[in-house]
Amino acid sequence: MKAKTKYVPVPSRSILPERDAGRDPVLECVKLGITLGGIKAVEDFNLTIGRTEIVGLIGPNGAGKTTVFNLLTKVYQPTTGTILLNGQDTHGMNTMQVNKAGIARTFQNIRLFRNLSVIDNVKTAMNNEMRYNMLSAILRLPNYRREEVAAHRRALKLLSIFDMQNVADVPAGSLPYGAQRRLEIVRALATNPSLLLLDEPAAGMNPSETADLMDNIRKVHEMFQIAIILIEHDMSLVMNICEGICVLNFGHVIAKGTPDEIQSNPAVIEAYLGRKKEA
Amino acid sequence: MTMRRLINLKRVEARRIYLTYAVVIAAYVICQVMSSTKFLSSSMRGMLVPICAYMVMAVSLNLVVGILGELSLGHAGFMSVGAFSGVATAILLQGVIPFAPVRLAIAMIVAAVFAALAGFIIGIPVLRLKGDYLAIVTLAFGEIIKSILNNFYLGVDSGGLHFSMLTDTTRLLPGGKLIIRGPMGISGIQKIATFPAGFILLMIALMIVFNLVNSRSGRAFMAIRDDRIAAESIGLDITKYKMMAFVMSAALAGSAGALFAMNYSTIVANKFDFNTSILILVFVVLGGQGNMLGGIIAAAVLTILPEKLREFSEYRMLLYAIVLIVMMLATNNAEIKEFLSRFNPFRRKEEA
Repeated sequence: MKAKTKYVPVPSRSILPERDAGRDPVLECVKLGITLGGIKAVEDFNLTIGRTEIVGLIGPNGAGKTTVFNLLTKVYQPTTGTILLNGQDTHGMNTMQVNKAGIARTFQNIRLFRNLSVIDNVKTAMNNEMRYNMLSAILRLPNYRREEVAAHRRALKLLSIFDMQNVADVPAGSLPYGAQRRLEIVRALATNPSLLLLDEPAAGMNPSETADLMDNIRKVHEMFQIAIILIEHDMSLVMNICEGICVLNFGHVIAKGTPDEIQSNPAVIEAYLGRKKEA
Repeated sequence: MTMRRLINLKRVEARRIYLTYAVVIAAYVICQVMSSTKFLSSSMRGMLVPICAYMVMAVSLNLVVGILGELSLGHAGFMSVGAFSGVATAILLQGVIPFAPVRLAIAMIVAAVFAALAGFIIGIPVLRLKGDYLAIVTLAFGEIIKSILNNFYLGVDSGGLHFSMLTDTTRLLPGGKLIIRGPMGISGIQKIATFPAGFILLMIALMIVFNLVNSRSGRAFMAIRDDRIAAESIGLDITKYKMMAFVMSAALAGSAGALFAMNYSTIVANKFDFNTSILILVFVVLGGQGNMLGGIIAAAVLTILPEKLREFSEYRMLLYAIVLIVMMLATNNAEIKEFLSRFNPFRRKEEA
């Protein structure tokens, strides 16, 4: 059956214009689009996010949510449109440069450095703030020691947010599933991002783990005062912690607004939660 | 709690490093004592330096294969660059520096620089590739290095250094000396490589690799090995770190090559062919990827083995293959590993 979704026209504005997004956006996507294998995976994606906003990106499977993340982090180069990060055009940047510019992410299918210890996963993410060179490392010069100790302390501090300092020396691959997801968030935070992208952080978690995660995300948001975009299927999580929500379907934004607005939006109910057909 | 049963990587790593140093030092002392008490046969004594060189090769290749996670099949190429540049340096310095150990050290440093340079030049195209493609291209570059050195002529006379390719057109002045003679290689090398020098080089190689692995660069290497996409997403410069590991590995291979070459009176480029590259890879795989001590032991065993099997004449390579297969099976068998670990004094301490 062909989906005949009526697209709600969305102006290129922030989800919550009354918040800081209007004044000082951390991210502005204008008419972002990409064609993958002849299919327009994402088209005309406009989104503006304030410096300390938590935004949910929801939509049915295959709607293009992760593709948006991949566009933002330049895993894919967008075919059309521009991404402004802190007012700076990210055109021509690669994944590494985008991270340095301030976007950090987690992955839908966990991508940890499995053979490294938990703390080394975090320290690896701090690589760009360390300055010592190969020679100091080989000869164990004082600046090597100083920076390594500082990084170790900071990594432990970050891990303690998620209550993971006790497993710092355990191989990341041997952690339980939920802890691996949390470690991915810590690793992303260690790069000092101004925008954190979480790709289904609660996937595979039970309700109590999800509740813990929710607290943790709130805590991170408060502590670091950063913007967060969250892809999630767990509606209780999204509705509870997101200030704004953007709904994608077939690569198009079909609705934007506060959780309340989204919950009552007929286009969203039809596209995402399913059309009422029969009883 | 289940967490307590998880391995503490930090402790395991530290223990592995100390064990490696301890074993190498102990082996050196034992060999020195045996050698001075004439307990070692002269053929074994002659093998001490090549074994050291192969151990350094194993350690250096382990940096690329085990730590960085890229297969390199042309490692002997860097060894030969180091061998030729190192020996040429030693010959040129013969009159200038009469003290052999200093000459050897300078030759090994020059060898490392030249091999690093070769590694950098080769790394530019090679490190754009991934996995199997990278492996095959390194194989090709190993062969290219061999061919170049087979056609390289270098001479010295009062006018300075002269070199030519393909044919000897150096036209040296009277009294000049042709050092590298194309396919004839270098002959008349002074055998200044000694077992202590080999031991020191191995210790330096181990120190470099271990200290590098436990630094931000080493973490970056292993992160790239474990997950390239995640490594990029946290802002690691993949190409830079791959190049760093590749060049460092080439440099160590170069100095090992210089050490190796100066144990013989003649050296030709064909010595460092594909078979040598594979032999070094076998050391690494047999010893366990990323396991320096394993690679060192494998290098020693697999260098001595063919000599010891000489008495079986035509069955020699057959036995060599069987021993290799048995060792591969044994080192990958959990039960045998468990059994062997009982004899590990360091492990017992942890359980107590």
